[in-house]
Amino acid sequence: MGIFQVNGKNQEIETPVSLVEVMKINNVTQPEMVSIQVNGEFVSRDDFGTVQINQGDEVDFLYFMGGGSRC
Amino acid sequence: MDFTEDQIHRYSRHILLQDVGVEGQEKISNGKVLIVGAGGLGAPVALYLAAAGVGTIGIIDGDVVDLSNLQRQIIHFTPDVNKAKVLSAKEKINQLNPDVKVITYRELLTASNALEIIGQYDFIVDGTDNFPVKFLINDACVKAGKPFSHGGILRFDGQTMTVLPGTACYRCVFHAPPPPNAVPTCSEAGVLGAIAGMLGTIQATEVLKYLTGVGDLLTNRLLTFNAKTMEFRTIKVKHNHNCAVCGDHPTITELVDYEQATCEIKN
Ligand SMILES: [Zn+2]
Repeated sequence: MGIFQVNGKNQEIETPVSLVEVMKINNVTQPEMVSIQVNGEFVSRDDFGTVQINQGDEVDFLYFMGGGSRC
Repeated sequence: MDFTEDQIHRYSRHILLQDVGVEGQEKISNGKVLIVGAGGLGAPVALYLAAAGVGTIGIIDGDVVDLSNLQRQIIHFTPDVNKAKVLSAKEKINQLNPDVKVITYRELLTASNALEIIGQYDFIVDGTDNFPVKFLINDACVKAGKPFSHGGILRFDGQTMTVLPGTACYRCVFHAPPPPNAVPTCSEAGVLGAIAGMLGTIQATEVLKYLTGVGDLLTNRLLTFNAKTMEFRTIKVKHNHNCAVCGDHPTITELVDYEQATCEIKN
């Protein structure tokens, strides 16, 4: 098993694991509504399907958030 | 600027702060801040900046107050329903602090008026509900070299970051507006009213820090919180060399109005 971080919290799962699988586990159902950083580097939307997550990696899901004047 | 005795009294809790003092209060009183959107975020921002004595507050919003706004847009009261939001906001600001000059724009921020309006202010606050305008504010501020605060709320979550010329911009992090059909309509998603206050007061604090030069701004960091767990996180973000507006080879040379996601206001 490998441990990596998702939004600051440890997650334990067999590594390496695909980013797509990590998204699935974390209920990221709308990839178009999230910006992803792995170890502080942005992952291009085109690469969501190919990136692998390894032991010790830090994954951040940054969600689009509107709200404010009319919401 | 010479403060009157009343003003010294009014702002005494600022003046008492070693980091602020009379000098800092003068900077606040000379400050010009534009608030885009007089809604959930703009309301607390406007009230706290007015209370702080920010000299000029510009407010741009084309909407009127709706009954469903009152759950979180605390600058508007029940008798204000159907009144222009900018007018309702101006009335409250004037009552709270007559020192503040309020400039209202009862219109939407668009690619054609953004640079002209933004150009008249020292700092811009994004209190809008939709991504096309959030990106427009970002691009206009980057182009005009103006600092701004991004803010977003949804359900129980909030996020904010401060952008100065040269620091990571909103587009560095989020690249481009999401497809309009992917965005949950506002009436579907909902929002816990008080988190608008949580986020708006953080934005107002950033404005006051910027005007006074106190502390470290929320630059190159995205602050997120979830009200259910009451956990706050700051995620480091970097200036993106491929950013379409502030990167090495910007492709956005002119402001554009993106297609607006439909926002069901009344239902
Ligand atoms: Zn950028």
